Amino acid sequence: MRTPDIGAVTDALRTRLHAIWETEPGWRGWLSTVDHKEIGLRYIVTAFLMLIIGGIEALVIRLQLAGPDLRLLTPEQYDQFFTMHGMTMIFLYASPILSGFSNYLWPLLLGSRDMAFPRLNAFSYWVYLAAAIFLYSGFVVGAGPDDGWFNYVPYAERNYSPGPNQDIYALGMMLLGISTTVGAANFIVTAFKMRAPGMAINRLPILIWGTLTASVANLIVVPAVSLAFFLLWMDRQFGTGFFQPALGGQPLLWQHLFWLFGHPWVYAIVLPAMGMVSDGLPVFCRRPLAGYSLVALSTVATMILGFGVWVHHMFATGLPALSLSFFSGASIIITVPSAVAVFAWLATIWTGRPVITTAFLFYASMILLFVIGGVSGFMTASVPADWQLTDTYFVVAHIHYVLIGINVFPVVGATYFWFPKMSGRFLDERLGRWNFWTMFLGFNLGFLPMHLTGLLGMPRRIWTYSDGMGWDGLNLITTIGSFLFAAGVLIFFVNVAKSLRSGAPANDNPWDAPTLEWSIPSPPPPYNFAVIPTIASRHPLWENRLQESRARSTLDRGMTLDHGKETLTTTPMDAEPERIVEMPEDSYAPLLLTAGLATLFAGLALKAWPIAGTSGLLVFAALLFWLWPRRQLLERAPAHG
Amino acid sequence: MAEAALARPGPLPVGPIGRAGLGFWGVAMLVASEAALFSYLLFSYYYLCATAPAGWVLEPAPKMIPGLPNTLLLLSSSFVAWWGEKGVEKGDRRRALIGFGTTFVMGTIFAGVQVHEWAGKAFGPTTNGYASLYFTTTGLHMAHVVVGLIILLCLFGWTALDFFSPRRRIAVSAGILYWHFVDIVWLFVFTTYYLTPYLGFGT
Repeated sequence: MRTPDIGAVTDALRTRLHAIWETEPGWRGWLSTVDHKEIGLRYIVTAFLMLIIGGIEALVIRLQLAGPDLRLLTPEQYDQFFTMHGMTMIFLYASPILSGFSNYLWPLLLGSRDMAFPRLNAFSYWVYLAAAIFLYSGFVVGAGPDDGWFNYVPYAERNYSPGPNQDIYALGMMLLGISTTVGAANFIVTAFKMRAPGMAINRLPILIWGTLTASVANLIVVPAVSLAFFLLWMDRQFGTGFFQPALGGQPLLWQHLFWLFGHPWVYAIVLPAMGMVSDGLPVFCRRPLAGYSLVALSTVATMILGFGVWVHHMFATGLPALSLSFFSGASIIITVPSAVAVFAWLATIWTGRPVITTAFLFYASMILLFVIGGVSGFMTASVPADWQLTDTYFVVAHIHYVLIGINVFPVVGATYFWFPKMSGRFLDERLGRWNFWTMFLGFNLGFLPMHLTGLLGMPRRIWTYSDGMGWDGLNLITTIGSFLFAAGVLIFFVNVAKSLRSGAPANDNPWDAPTLEWSIPSPPPPYNFAVIPTIASRHPLWENRLQESRARSTLDRGMTLDHGKETLTTTPMDAEPERIVEMPEDSYAPLLLTAGLATLFAGLALKAWPIAGTSGLLVFAALLFWLWPRRQLLERAPAHG
Repeated sequence: MAEAALARPGPLPVGPIGRAGLGFWGVAMLVASEAALFSYLLFSYYYLCATAPAGWVLEPAPKMIPGLPNTLLLLSSSFVAWWGEKGVEKGDRRRALIGFGTTFVMGTIFAGVQVHEWAGKAFGPTTNGYASLYFTTTGLHMAHVVVGLIILLCLFGWTALDFFSPRRRIAVSAGILYWHFVDIVWLFVFTTYYLTPYLGFGT
């Protein structure tokens, strides 16, 4: 037991904490760091890189489809391109980008010095990187997955796909599943344990609610898809009969396992982005978010309902009518909590005094795109409508409105919003307007007509089409729109590159925002908070203005916790101080474990059992090294051993 | 309340005490995810079973010997592990070593009997969907048993090296929690493959 010292923020304290928390400079520190800000930035950079790669694949697809009977790609290449595009955007961009922002921001929003499991955090990033390289290894040698990102059997079974394409996809997805799962576990424990004193559960920023909800879902549903891919790999390589009717298996089992995962996953890649809007939009409306509790509750409700709608991806598979009715009903009801968020945002703008910044434009336009994507989703929730629309470009338009509208637009908005915190510089606002309008107009030009393409009957995933189907003009417009959209994204990256060097300097709180991350320097020091803040409301930096109560948060005085690499854990609901915890130093264990796992999976892919076996031993050694009880972490009795 | 903590800070524990600490939460997360994995495996069994033609279940009347005693052995090993953990809690190192060692032996016997059962099956993993699922589910469980045995071995070694005290023993509690999971999840696997055929499932 120790009574923590209470002190003010002084230069001496800052120097002391800096020495304790700083990552060693040079390549050693680069390979071993466990700083959540560094890991978050790596996630963000890597995910944006995947966005560029996936985007280039999309442009190649659009060139192939720009007119009838084009021959830019062979059918085999086209199959790989649309599969890689889907897989890249959904698994390697959309989720990791949100993990990146959450990794960077969570401890800052929560008033903590790091995530609950810093080494696990580093591990989660390294495995993500390894899985991305693994998943691309087949594609670069012309053997990429080619059965769509949801990879239906029997196409993906060996009889129809004899090459290594599917095996690489299957093993890569299992590897990626490890990254997602450990990341989710880290977020859950961090949300419940690593908050500043007084940050009760009803004072959490909505981004925390969004990522927490998504993480609970990921923890539970990612095993479904990992299992599905494992069973598929067994079917292909060892002749088991999980999905093969001739052996008493069921192709539909694949669809169930995949969508049991897939639909909650769709919410997992939008709820944190909705949280970004819920936290960022009010700042530019100069008022708190309207209906905080309703938005928080509807975030959780969306996910609970989200577990019960997976069959709406399978309406056309011949399931019993009763089952269709149930899942159709659930899919219609799930629009209610989404609508709650939409109305809360609208009310925030309506009753606020909007300041039109680039970030505001991205956030506000997201509401429109969300409504369009939501309504087309609502239409397909109805079974008879779905039977007409399924497997047409209408569904392709829907998924792009949802994923670009509710993921890419908020993420770019969030970059404009938090870039000053991360870098100490503003993104250029003038370039920002060009950025926004090019992306917004390009996107809608490309994807709004696509609904019509679908209604006119163009099936998705086809390599080309003949003229005279009435699809030529629409496809050309979509291609032009997608290139315009890509130009907008390019302007965004140009802006980032330019502003990193010469952007206007930003102070601690350049937007005059209410939450904790804006109370510390930009960019934040390695220890985040020199003293642990004490929180009295949802808007610690707006208390004097809002006058919601007489209680005030204390940000300049608090526990100093400078006896070592220390931070505070609190109780899960009320965030009462509970324990001082020693945080782990930088470590090579996450990288070693990743190396072991990556070679293990490579060994499995090549069916090179000696490699797999040796790597298994490396995995074991890395884990033992990681988990060995340490005195510094107080896992061992001081007087013993 | 939190304001009071700032004005008059009380003493706080430093680091993990007993089983209370972040590590225990971490293993609880692992267990939740692994439990989900097994529930999808069992979902696959019931789904295929419900849609398959008659004769899909290759063992409509599974033999209870040695499966049932083996199950009881695994379940009782959880109690022995708990007894060993209490040994660490009371500072009784000998009791802890006996507890972890005995649990390890019991787990190894369970694994051996399970391998023996596999060898005696009239079907292989590729015979049909039932056989594939049977071997995959019990095989994945076996993988968890092996991990659990390695953990027990580590705990035995670390206890022998006198790493733990009644206060500092989070690794013990986290490791034993994992062993309990390995045992409890087997109960669901056993019920599915050995008991539900008698309830008329798939026959």
